Amino acid sequence: MYKVLTGNEAAAYAAMNCKVRFVAAYPITPATSVVEMLSRFIDEGRMKAKFVHVESEHSAMAACIGASAGGLRVFTATSSQGLAYMHEMLHWAANARTPVVMTVANRALAPGWNIWADQSDSLSQRDTGWLQFYCGNVQEIYDTIAMAYRIAESKEVMLPAMVCYDGFVLSHVASPVEVPPLNGFIDEYEPQWRISIDNPFTHGNVCSPEYYFSLRKSVHKAHEKALKIIPKIEQEFFECTGRYTTLLYDTYKIEDAKRVIVAMGAIAMEAKIAVDILRKRGEKVGLLRLRSFRPFPVKSLRSILVDKEVCVIDRNLIPGVGGVLHQEITASLKKDVDSLILGVGGADVTAEMIAKNVGRLILEVGR
Amino acid sequence: MIEIEEYILPGNAACQGCPSTMCLRIVLKALKGKAVLVVPASCTSVYMGAYPNTAIKVPVFNCAFASAAATATGIKAALDFYNEDCEVVVWAGDGGTYDIGLQALSGAAERGENMIYICYNNEMYSNTGIQRSGATPYGAWTNTTVSGKREHRKDISEILLSHNIPYLATASAGYLRDLYKKVKRALKFEGFRYIEILAPCPPGWKFPMNKTVEIGKLAVESGMWILYEAINGRIRLTGISKLIAEGKKKMRDLRDYLKAQGRFANISEEDLAEIERYRNKRWKKLLDSNSKLVD
Ligand SMILES: Cc1ncc(C[n+]2csc(CCOP(=O)(O)OP(=O)(O)O)c2C)c(N)n1
Ligand code: SF4
Repeated sequence: MYKVLTGNEAAAYAAMNCKVRFVAAYPITPATSVVEMLSRFIDEGRMKAKFVHVESEHSAMAACIGASAGGLRVFTATSSQGLAYMHEMLHWAANARTPVVMTVANRALAPGWNIWADQSDSLSQRDTGWLQFYCGNVQEIYDTIAMAYRIAESKEVMLPAMVCYDGFVLSHVASPVEVPPLNGFIDEYEPQWRISIDNPFTHGNVCSPEYYFSLRKSVHKAHEKALKIIPKIEQEFFECTGRYTTLLYDTYKIEDAKRVIVAMGAIAMEAKIAVDILRKRGEKVGLLRLRSFRPFPVKSLRSILVDKEVCVIDRNLIPGVGGVLHQEITASLKKDVDSLILGVGGADVTAEMIAKNVGRLILEVGR
Repeated sequence: MIEIEEYILPGNAACQGCPSTMCLRIVLKALKGKAVLVVPASCTSVYMGAYPNTAIKVPVFNCAFASAAATATGIKAALDFYNEDCEVVVWAGDGGTYDIGLQALSGAAERGENMIYICYNNEMYSNTGIQRSGATPYGAWTNTTVSGKREHRKDISEILLSHNIPYLATASAGYLRDLYKKVKRALKFEGFRYIEILAPCPPGWKFPMNKTVEIGKLAVESGMWILYEAINGRIRLTGISKLIAEGKKKMRDLRDYLKAQGRFANISEEDLAEIERYRNKRWKKLLDSNSKLVD
């Protein structure tokens, strides 16, 4: 069953079909239409959930954490300033082990009001403990949300997850997508624990260094476990929908490649075309499109990229650092990696542009 | 008859003479333990005890300082989904209510979320070692108002009343039976209910730890704290405040209240006059606001 949907609409369909029972929302461009659509679904009786239009993103995440701790499957969506405003609660959701799923329509941060695509909003939440997946097209948004719930809620993981996609480039561009019902893949939520009057316990009280360290270690370990279960979830998703959607990373023409481009989000899809352009010119270039930034599949990246020249494209510029993804890849490979910063603040990034820039780097190293 | 069962255990980490534990004990009794407590950063988050222990026998969810009413909104939605028969009760200090938590509080009150929000107002931030809050009265010493606060406190009850909530009450640690009754009354309503308890705090206000109840009474007798209820916006004075309004009891000299506390030790005659002016103004405003204040 195909529908023509924008990225935001696909996100709303995914939340509905994932049997979300609580939505707390606060509007921000370009994420707003996700929750508007959910509000309509609920109003029309197509979705059985409580919708609360709260007074801030801090409260949106707080309410989601409360509802999740109370045993509901929850959802919210935000961008940029909204995500930054949630920061304290993002840490809270992870340490509290509440499997909240949230979409982030990536957008630049002010001042210099800029509502366009830029991944610095979600990447600067890198260390909150959340899982983070990046989508390359509208279909992936739908599929990723579904798989994100399964991973977030799995007993070994129990962590919140962010599903990120470029603002406007994906959030507002419509394309045909399959929105299959997800029964069998994702059923009514059965929480591992929940607040209940019949089972009194105190959650989140003062915690000695010893217990705190073990809590943090368990969150850390949960990322490793998430890495392990992702292939299984991909397989189950395939069995349910007949569509295989990779969640860790995707590779393109990588076997014989001398040089590999690493990128995330919509730019990574353009980079695929850039690979073809460069190959026509005789350059042996390939692509690694990273889908899961957290958990970070460091071992796989190492084994794929060990004897390649690597060029990372970042749609973010972190002052004093450069690109976040470049920093992460450099740290994992323990070698020099080229960096391209493209599309910051929503600048259009075309395949030709990527090919030109990668071509220039190739010339610089004398090839 | 006050419920016999105890829901907050002795030997917890609160200071001796703590008004917060004293009042929470009564509140939980009035609720018969049928409540989920939501507690933002405050003395309560400390005195409930360290993991894996707890001093509180009902479910407790600790939340971020600014987020109590929003967190409670989510929890209540979940409890309703599972048809759990209990109240969600926020138990927050004045810092978490008047200041950093005000946005979430106002949002939840405006939406009419079905919860009881209780502020134990010790008129400062105790957890972080006694700093001023929006509830600190004029003239009071704190570590960030070392020569006495130069502003009056904000009247948060007025702010809450403007949200058209079905039930609001003020109480004092000096009158625990009155507090018990008010919690019971709150249970008769649905929607957003707000109760604020004046909570004289021995280390913060600088008085001996056996005087908490006495100071709580003095505050009311001197007219510095007014006991009332507002049912669907209709205000009626209660307890000693009612007797004072009816002329059946004389308001006590303000000095009796201020002199009993070290935090007012350095106030001048002008400060005293200013505090008195403020007190009288609040009384007049309350009495004028409704001709049928007392019934
Ligand atoms: C966002 C944030 N800022 C500051 C703090 C530090 N903090 C913890 S408790 C507290 C004061 C609490 O005051 P109040 O709400 O009056 O409760 P009390 O300590 O008096 O019980 C502060 C400032 C915090 N936990 N979170
Ligand atoms: S500082 Fe005051 S409110 Fe806090 S525990 Fe001690 S007596 Fe209670």
